[in-house]
Amino acid sequence: MIERVRRNAELSMVVLGALVVAAAYVLASLGATASIPANIGPFLVVVLGLLVAAHLAVRRLAPGADGMLLPLAGLLNGIGYVFIARLDRELAGLQATWTAIGIGAFILTLVLVRRARDLERYRYTALVAGVVLLMLPLVPGIGREVKGARIWVGLGPVNFQPGEFAKITLAIFFAAYLVERRELLGMATWPRFRPVLPEPRLLGPVVIAWGLAIVVMTAEKDLGSSLLFFALFMVLLWVATERAVYLVAGAGLFSAAAVLAWRMFAHVQDRVTNWIDPWKDANGKGYQIIQGWYAMAWGGVGGRGIGLGSPTRIPEAKNDFIFAAIGEELGLLGATAVLIAFLLMVGAGLRIAVRAESAFDKLLATGLTALLAFQTFIIVAGVIRLLPLTGVTLPFVSYGGSSLVANYVLLALLLRISDETSRRERDRERLRNEAAAALDQDLPLAGSPA
Amino acid sequence: MNRQIRRLGVAVLVLFTALFAQVNYLQVFHAKALTDDPRNTRRIIQTFSRPRGTIVSADGTVLARSKPSGDEFKYRREYPEKNLFGFVTGYFNFNFGATGVESSYNEELAGDVPALRLSRLRDLFVNEVNVGNVRLTIRKDVQQVAAAALGANKGSVVALDPRTGAVLAFWSNPSYDPNLLSSNDSAAGQRKLLLDKSPDHPLLPKMYREVFPPGSTFKVVTSSVGLQTGKVTPAAPVYPQGTSFNIDFTNRDLANFGGERCGGALFEILRVSCNSAFAAMGSQTIGPPLMVQGAESFGFNSKPPIDLPAAASSRFPTSFPANQGNGPIARASIGQGDVVATPLQMAMVAAAVANKGQMMVPHVLDRITDKNGKVIRTYQPKVWKTPLAPPNAETMRQAMLGVAASGTATRLQIPGYEVGGKTGTAQIGSDRSHAWIIGFAGPPGDARVAVAVIIENQPGASEFTGGRIAAPVGQQVMAKVLQDMAAAGQLGTGSTPPGTTPGQPPTSAPATPPPTTPSVPATSQPPATVTTPTTPTSRP
Repeated sequence: MIERVRRNAELSMVVLGALVVAAAYVLASLGATASIPANIGPFLVVVLGLLVAAHLAVRRLAPGADGMLLPLAGLLNGIGYVFIARLDRELAGLQATWTAIGIGAFILTLVLVRRARDLERYRYTALVAGVVLLMLPLVPGIGREVKGARIWVGLGPVNFQPGEFAKITLAIFFAAYLVERRELLGMATWPRFRPVLPEPRLLGPVVIAWGLAIVVMTAEKDLGSSLLFFALFMVLLWVATERAVYLVAGAGLFSAAAVLAWRMFAHVQDRVTNWIDPWKDANGKGYQIIQGWYAMAWGGVGGRGIGLGSPTRIPEAKNDFIFAAIGEELGLLGATAVLIAFLLMVGAGLRIAVRAESAFDKLLATGLTALLAFQTFIIVAGVIRLLPLTGVTLPFVSYGGSSLVANYVLLALLLRISDETSRRERDRERLRNEAAAALDQDLPLAGSPA
Repeated sequence: MNRQIRRLGVAVLVLFTALFAQVNYLQVFHAKALTDDPRNTRRIIQTFSRPRGTIVSADGTVLARSKPSGDEFKYRREYPEKNLFGFVTGYFNFNFGATGVESSYNEELAGDVPALRLSRLRDLFVNEVNVGNVRLTIRKDVQQVAAAALGANKGSVVALDPRTGAVLAFWSNPSYDPNLLSSNDSAAGQRKLLLDKSPDHPLLPKMYREVFPPGSTFKVVTSSVGLQTGKVTPAAPVYPQGTSFNIDFTNRDLANFGGERCGGALFEILRVSCNSAFAAMGSQTIGPPLMVQGAESFGFNSKPPIDLPAAASSRFPTSFPANQGNGPIARASIGQGDVVATPLQMAMVAAAVANKGQMMVPHVLDRITDKNGKVIRTYQPKVWKTPLAPPNAETMRQAMLGVAASGTATRLQIPGYEVGGKTGTAQIGSDRSHAWIIGFAGPPGDARVAVAVIIENQPGASEFTGGRIAAPVGQQVMAKVLQDMAAAGQLGTGSTPPGTTPGQPPTSAPATPPPTTPSVPATSQPPATVTTPTTPTSRP
């Protein structure tokens, strides 16, 4: 019953999202060339086709899953595509291919991961995979440094950012590890005279996470991902142990590392200086952020209209600064809509976490959702100068294959957890109904609840 | 764990609320300041990526319009009249900016003024930009006459409506074709470099951005200052006949043209343009401090407030040190030495005399209309300076009528109208000069056009150069303006010349009211006393 309601709602929202995206695509073309794009028919078919394929996969493989996440992701992905196509026609084809691969990865994840708790067993594999993926860009020969950040790996013609996938494997590891140790970590036995922390040896993984964050920050110069990993781990530690002291300790550790990094590394200093006063070097280091501001200011409330602004003046408008491009052409209304879409996704993700039954499912859902929320916050806050700018992608929206595929995998895992929860609820309900029926008819129970 | 997860939800909500707040700040509260930041190029790009309004002449000829360019800026400007209005419209280019009307009325042409924006709000959903169309005060046929009359000579022609300050002709030769500079590519840049390097400076609108010694046309200013300060009346002083004015510390005295002997009262010395008398008037009768004040009351040492960019100031020296003797002030009083003026400035001098002493703000804008033809702004004439009280202005007017009737400026005469003028020959070196004429014309007592013409760098340095070469140009331009006005029925019927004989001092000087008595048509005034200007006589 619930399955059909959710899936039908999902289907209608997916269709609605596809129509919105197609309309935006037409507008972009009208704005740029004052003509309706010749390929609008095929475009709509492909957008609808991809989203409906994903929808059918959910209907088949996770029929009880939350019905809101996929349409929201599709909408964000579609809006992102329209803007990428508007900013750089050549990248549009690539982004379309990556979207198809992302949907493929989404379906594959649903096929392969039939139960989320299966992942719990691979915790150390996940850790190793995460660490390897994170370290991969540092390997001479295949690691690539692009615009100051060494986060790329080039294998033949394919470039990707392994860090995007490391997020997910590390979230799996953290969740599994914390489920195992949450009791111990929750007990304060140290120091003896006034216990606030668990046994020091239990804190090993905390230090590892911190170390990873520092390595990423210093060796790869990827401040955003560093912040993201560390925040992810601290949040999971806090949720798992229900002890806020970890948050305080984590914040302290991170602050210390941040101050140290600021002292030691010029690129960190640049970020902070730029954040405090981008106007000081308006044509140099502050250029990008100021152009982003100009773009958003130019957009105003209603926006200039897609294709009618000048977002190409913002460096990296298709990646890190796509939010500014959206702000310029869709205005306050469009920017707010995008943020609300993310907020709804986060809300759906946390609802899945709350309703999940096993601790692992809860933690994994929390972790995956936190990744989505923090990554969105870090980049948007950076673009609008609430935080120092650190380059991460805006999930589903920015140009970038690794990010898109990884986020679709993340989405599939959330849906998987959601489906399991509703399946269990349904099973329980069926059992309860059967039990009630049996009691009514004074018959022996058909089975015993697990 | 659920409590923590819900708290996490609240935390995310708080973080996103901060994002919402900052986005609102950037896009609403701080948006205007960011958009107006001079380093922000978006407004400029916007101006370039949509059609601008058209610029049309007073008779409706399109002078500038936008046409699709096919490049990244989508549009470029087209100037169908090419050179003829190059200095008026200016050009509009992304790389080197805008000049002329394209610059001074940029916001109106781009639709960035409140009156246009209001209707744009209404057009919010039809994606139509309401740009303003600019209509100028200059007619194409008048401009053509000015260009043809000047011909291949280097020089400038400025005609004004004395009553409003409206510019009626604005020509300078050499000019340039703004089409060459309106494409936003490197070819336009190279063409501009070439034009910039040309020794004739074809990109410089010399009629209002270049200064020249005004020569004897400046005697109108000197005379006016004399009248206005009360030091000079039509009757007195009477300057002694002489051939030169004695300059301190030198044997090279200030001679009359051709060593002529001349002198007399105001009307006579202006009529024959007597250097020795005006040198005495400026240096002795009036004196340096009052001369400086008087010249400045005519707009010297101020930037004329014309609605075109970067107008040049005409200059009159502000100090005359005693140790330099009377030379500088004597030379300045006859428009030589350190006095320099733009042709526009001298046209304004003539216009002020013709307009009862009021010098109007010169302007090229007639009105701005929106896309539906609705007038959103009409230029309102404004007084810039009042260098002459009405009675003194009338005296000066009579004196200039005399110059045109029987003095050096007879070639300015237009049959059927009352014409006043003053010639000038500004010496540059020993045997070359700039030929000048300033004047006004119209129905008697009601001048409708004032003019200034300079023809640069002519051979010879005699006082008639101005009357012989420049006056016919001014005459043709003024005649064309009056012909157009008559055709449009703007001159009224039965216009009448004044009762007094031009060129004669009024009997009750200086406060003679403008003549009101009906009188004979101007055509009936035979230029009987005029010597033939083609013959280089001693007294032109």
